[in-house]
Amino acid sequence: MFAYIVRRLLATIPVMGVVAIFVFSLLYLTPGDPAVIIAGDFATVDDVARIRAKLGLDQPFHIRFGDWLWAVLHGDLGISIFTNLPVARLIGQRVEPTVALTLFTLIIAVIFAVPMGVLAAWKAGQWLDRAVMAFAVIGFSVPIFVLAYLLIFGLSIGLELLPVQGYVSITEGFWPFLERLILPSIALGVTYMALIARITRASMLDVLSQDYIRTAQAKGMAANQVLIGHALKNAAVPIVTIIGIGIALLISGVVVTETVFAIPGIGRLTVDAILRRDYPIIQGVILMFSAVYVLINLLVDLSYTLLDPRIRY
Amino acid sequence: MTAAAARRRRGKAAEILRRHPTVVAGTVLLLIMAAIALLAPYLWTIDPQAVSPVRRLRQPSERYWFGTDMLGRDVYSRVIYGSRISLAVGLCVAVLSTALGLAIGLVTGYVRLVDAIVMRVMDGLMSIPPVLLAIALMALTKASVENVIVAITVAEVPRVTRLVRSVVLSLREQPFVEAAVASGTGFVRTLRRHILPNTIAPLLVQGTYICASAIITEAILSFIGAGTPPNVPSWGNIMAEGRSLFQVAYYIILFPGIFLSITVLAVNLVGDGLRDALDPRLARRM
Repeated sequence: MFAYIVRRLLATIPVMGVVAIFVFSLLYLTPGDPAVIIAGDFATVDDVARIRAKLGLDQPFHIRFGDWLWAVLHGDLGISIFTNLPVARLIGQRVEPTVALTLFTLIIAVIFAVPMGVLAAWKAGQWLDRAVMAFAVIGFSVPIFVLAYLLIFGLSIGLELLPVQGYVSITEGFWPFLERLILPSIALGVTYMALIARITRASMLDVLSQDYIRTAQAKGMAANQVLIGHALKNAAVPIVTIIGIGIALLISGVVVTETVFAIPGIGRLTVDAILRRDYPIIQGVILMFSAVYVLINLLVDLSYTLLDPRIRY
Repeated sequence: MTAAAARRRRGKAAEILRRHPTVVAGTVLLLIMAAIALLAPYLWTIDPQAVSPVRRLRQPSERYWFGTDMLGRDVYSRVIYGSRISLAVGLCVAVLSTALGLAIGLVTGYVRLVDAIVMRVMDGLMSIPPVLLAIALMALTKASVENVIVAITVAEVPRVTRLVRSVVLSLREQPFVEAAVASGTGFVRTLRRHILPNTIAPLLVQGTYICASAIITEAILSFIGAGTPPNVPSWGNIMAEGRSLFQVAYYIILFPGIFLSITVLAVNLVGDGLRDALDPRLARRM
């Protein structure tokens, strides 16, 4: 097991290496002069020269890449073009709202989506199943920001149940913190829930057709014991896998959700960076999110041994 | 056509409608959207680009069906034109990324040496969430519809490559492929005659889902200001313009949002229908 963990950790190095090379070499691969594009339409020749020097575009590729990679490995993600502050510090300042939003979304999505999938598989072909599948199709089709505005129109402006926008840190009170996270989390989570519910149902349907389920039912076990104790336990591996892979949806969605709900997180930082064409920030955000994504999916892989004793490394 | 044949045909159409109501609904919706996109020059009421400060932020009315935006442009006419961008981006990305993914996937699935290198690169690209990858590309290029298409295509290609490669890997172990190779069929001919036709069905299904996700990604990029340039009306752009005004002018966001959701839903329903028709084994599971 330990050897396996070490091997898997080492295997993430080439993956992250590709990510690093990719986000770095984009500066060189894209057509046109990135310094001119970043400087914008009203830049002077001096502005362009300054940005070119800042991005290191006046140096050869391999030297620049070596310096950059060395800095990244030491936690230095470069300097923002617009604010002149270190990117790592800018990201650090924005971590809390994003972590709060994604964690809260992850938790409510799993709490609702897994039972939905289980019930749909149990009542396969009946109205409950149809309702869950309809939710899965629609949830996968309504874009996050459309849903976000529908929720704001309905629940915040219409019924005045919840605040429209904003973020309050948990240190300033639990309820103000929570009530501002409810709508963003629903908006962000529905696509993810649709995906989890669908895979849960499919995985449960596979397991429910097995002989040992019929045996359990035949010996008179209660339905919920069969469903949870026998079926869900054996259907867990694909479900946990999709929860891990689906994190990509949450990461992409955060950018939009934070924009709609005016949450000062990393997503908002990214959008501001796009508008100012502050590429070092975008580079840093992508590197960080990809690393988080790779590590989460590594944890998912490792969790297989806990979920299914037949899997041994 | 005789009366009996016509009745039989009607009976068959009714049978399809009864058995697959969602697929029929999706196809019809998609055809309507395509018609709106094609007929946009005949459907608009007021020039979608015409700025008129006098009539800005009008509520939806008989004259301005979906209201007007902060520059006084007619939201209805802009939404009608926006359908062109969404459908064009969806279609182009679906075609380009499946074609590229197919080419790379066929070679990697068949040539071991290439496989090891290309798949490491694909693994790396797949660990970047697609929207972020497209954002990075858009941050470094000029805003244009073509660049949006390229950016989303780059983000989608790794997944198609994966799919094609896995299909090719399982196919090359099949007896009929071994038989073809054993009987002296050349490399290109084996790929073309025996492998390629078997990748079409899963690719068609995957292509539809890519089309749906590309339409969403384009809208997201435009909404956050990294997509279609502001002078081209696209659903994401129109919604972006309504972002700061949504408390007073809900309609600038609502109408393009509805069109966007319905279009994506229609494409997804067609995708589900194709999957059920082309891959019965998978259909029973999902």
